[in-house]
Amino acid sequence: MIVEPRRTLVDVIRDDCGLTGTHIGCEHGVCGACTILLDGEPMRSCLMFAVQAHGRSLRTVEGLQQGERLHPMQEAFIRHHGLQCGFCTPGFLMLAVGVLEKRPDLSNEELLDILASNLCRCTGYENIIKAVRAAAASMKAQA
Amino acid sequence: MSVERLEDLPLVTGHGCFVGDVSFQHQLHMRIVRSPLAHGRLKTIEVAAACALPGVSAVWTANDIADLPPIDFREGPNAKLAPFRQPVLAKDYVRYVGEPIAAVFATDPYVAEDASELVSVDIDELHVVVDAFAPPTQFVGALMTEPTICRQGYGNVTAAFKNAAAVVELDLSIGRHSGVPLETRGAIGRYDAARDVLELHGAAKVPHKNRESLARMLGRSTAGIHLYESNVGGGFGVRGEIYPEDILVLVAAIRLGRPVKWLEDRREHMIAANHSRQQRHRIRAAVDGQGHLLAIDDEFFHDQGAYIRTHGTRVADTACGILPGPYRLPHFQANGHFRLTNKTPAATYRSPGRYETNFVREQVMDAIARKLGLSRVEVRRRNLISPEEMPYERPLVALGDEVVLDSGDYEGLLDKALARCDWAKLEADVLRRRSAGEYVGLGLAMYVEKSGLGPTDGVRINVDTDGVIEVITGGASVGQGFETVIAQVCAEMLGVNYRKVRVVHGRTDRIEHGIGAHATRATVMTANATVVAADKVRAKALNVAAQLLQEDASKLTISNGKVVRADGVGAYISLGDIAHHLQPTSSTRGDRNPGLAAEGWFTTAHMTYPYGVQIALVKIDPGTGAIHIEKMLIAFDVGRAINPALVRGQLVGGFAQGLGGALFEEFQYDDRGQPLSVTLADYLIPTANEVPEVDILLAEDAPSKCNPLGIKGAGEGGVAAVGAVIASAVDDALGGKGLISRIPITPQTIKAIIDNVET
Repeated sequence: MIVEPRRTLVDVIRDDCGLTGTHIGCEHGVCGACTILLDGEPMRSCLMFAVQAHGRSLRTVEGLQQGERLHPMQEAFIRHHGLQCGFCTPGFLMLAVGVLEKRPDLSNEELLDILASNLCRCTGYENIIKAVRAAAASMKAQA
Repeated sequence: MSVERLEDLPLVTGHGCFVGDVSFQHQLHMRIVRSPLAHGRLKTIEVAAACALPGVSAVWTANDIADLPPIDFREGPNAKLAPFRQPVLAKDYVRYVGEPIAAVFATDPYVAEDASELVSVDIDELHVVVDAFAPPTQFVGALMTEPTICRQGYGNVTAAFKNAAAVVELDLSIGRHSGVPLETRGAIGRYDAARDVLELHGAAKVPHKNRESLARMLGRSTAGIHLYESNVGGGFGVRGEIYPEDILVLVAAIRLGRPVKWLEDRREHMIAANHSRQQRHRIRAAVDGQGHLLAIDDEFFHDQGAYIRTHGTRVADTACGILPGPYRLPHFQANGHFRLTNKTPAATYRSPGRYETNFVREQVMDAIARKLGLSRVEVRRRNLISPEEMPYERPLVALGDEVVLDSGDYEGLLDKALARCDWAKLEADVLRRRSAGEYVGLGLAMYVEKSGLGPTDGVRINVDTDGVIEVITGGASVGQGFETVIAQVCAEMLGVNYRKVRVVHGRTDRIEHGIGAHATRATVMTANATVVAADKVRAKALNVAAQLLQEDASKLTISNGKVVRADGVGAYISLGDIAHHLQPTSSTRGDRNPGLAAEGWFTTAHMTYPYGVQIALVKIDPGTGAIHIEKMLIAFDVGRAINPALVRGQLVGGFAQGLGGALFEEFQYDDRGQPLSVTLADYLIPTANEVPEVDILLAEDAPSKCNPLGIKGAGEGGVAAVGAVIASAVDDALGGKGLISRIPITPQTIKAIIDNVET
């Protein structure tokens, strides 16, 4: 893929790759709606140029589901009513999955601190936190 | 029943379709050039350099769209307010930072943004008005800063004050906030010349109402305009109103002959989308010796910003109509000075007019308690309207509707809330901790919400030959779970699994009428209309089944998508098969109309009024002035909860927004009208670290008298009294002296109060 040097990673993911599950909420790295996994690490794709991702592995929300099977994090968000409008959801899913894959034993306090790096305007976070805790347990059980 | 939402699967897999995800072949991208100054005379706009940039199709200024009227009011023409409407592009003057001056159209969004920076604008700066409290003055041309005063009231306030045993007087302010949804606005205009149909994609909230406004403004018939709602990334009042950009993409789609897409960036959102809330109230209350309210006299100043937008004066009107809340109030007068300033125009934000006045009224109740040496619980208890007085008519108007409190046991809910949090023990704990030097405080707020704004809404239900049910509504979804709730109501009536129901909303090409999703009305109105339509479908299904099964229809019921005998014995027929028998060409149809389908309408004379109690326990860090919420309770009566999990979600989510307004969020301006809160790093939305766990006491004690389902809306009940309860608690933590006069309550304010008291 050839991209103009100034194009942001999130624009390329959305417009050039057609993967519109990654959302743009602020374009200045505060809200986290554009969070993706770059070599497994949660990253704000609005704060990077696409060329900086050259040769690296990207994972977006579209990659969570395996065939018909939802990722435990996706299931938990549905079961615990962890979303309303759903705009911030892909960012939260990628943030939580990225962190828990590396550090499955995070304490509740550490988890809360990490989730506080993304913004949600609908849920008041309570159900997001419940969903992530539940998913952390099932991810551990499946590992 | 708390079932999982139908909306969720596409949203968690990245397959939702938000406005930014909608694109059409050969589309152009629009970028707006905005005013850098808060007030000035437009001298020249140079567009030649922008036009010369490769990829740019056109650059428009006001002269290019001189035939377009200013943006109209949603409820139709209003001669008095008409001169204050916003033009699509600024003409002669600019009045706020962010006002659209020019529109650039290009083949690529990056090019459009480059070109917009090549547009050079020469403006003579003029004097700036930033304080809505200042005496009325000349604003622009012959227009004054006070277009109107919103007045409501009844009784004889002057006489009541003469007879008062005590009077309290407060001066209270609410900061400038807004919904700030995570998804910014967007719009795509497309003109289908083959059918002569103009399409607006990215519609929200009130697609049908907006179609009427757009038809008026553009001189087209409504049949020639269609609006399409996609997923909406949060509504909160601001999204889905008609703004200049919506008009521009539509007109450009016709004139430039290509689809035109516009997406707002975050900075634009903070200075271009509606603001809300900012008011200053100078309020006096007269009471007798026992603390019974005799009269309230409220003089308030509403900071509307630079233009009057689609809502007209609705927020200030609602403030007047709803201020008395759950209390008996013999005499009342409110004068709302509706003032223009050189700021982004204001309109509704979730619980408009109530978030503000709940704070004001509940501060008054606390002040009365203080003045008479009563407890804050007792002074409220003495004034609450009792269940025996329901329905309680008040000679006031809110949202154009006479206020009739339809049902409620306010004192019952107060008792439940006090018991749930063990108020007496909390009070004792607070006293003990305070004497040990801690700054802790308890807050209490009571309020009446409104919901289910009529007058009418309709749905059409159609069952296909596979037994899949389509409910076509004029409602809209702003992410609240509308599809799930309507599907649940329909499924219960038709004896099917709710996952068999598809709910269509926000599309003017599928149903002629609709009032959308605002004023906490969608569930109340659409669910009741769904019951009416589903009842007809059910009757038709049973009638056909009775003929085919050779049974009496009264012995039949529908279970699991099949019509069966109520006793479970004998043959059955599925709804899909019945639909098959009702096809136009079917010989078994007889003289029935084709289709297993029906239309249903629900009409209501008045809104319905849910109500609530909020209690907060806060702790202040005297070193930093930071406020920590240790305990939060929301008790709310919705009459009947169709999906309790979703109701709780609405209340908790609303609480978080209310907390933002109480402690963190504010659009600040400097004295030249330059906005200081233009990113999410300056305008502070609460994160997971700031929002405490909220205990929700969901009550169903007072079903609505206004609709057969008995439901009242929950969309605004969480946010409505958060400013009130947090202010009450913080004030209590500071010794209960009435030192909080403004929200948001910042650490700086707290620190200054504490330092002042200590010195």
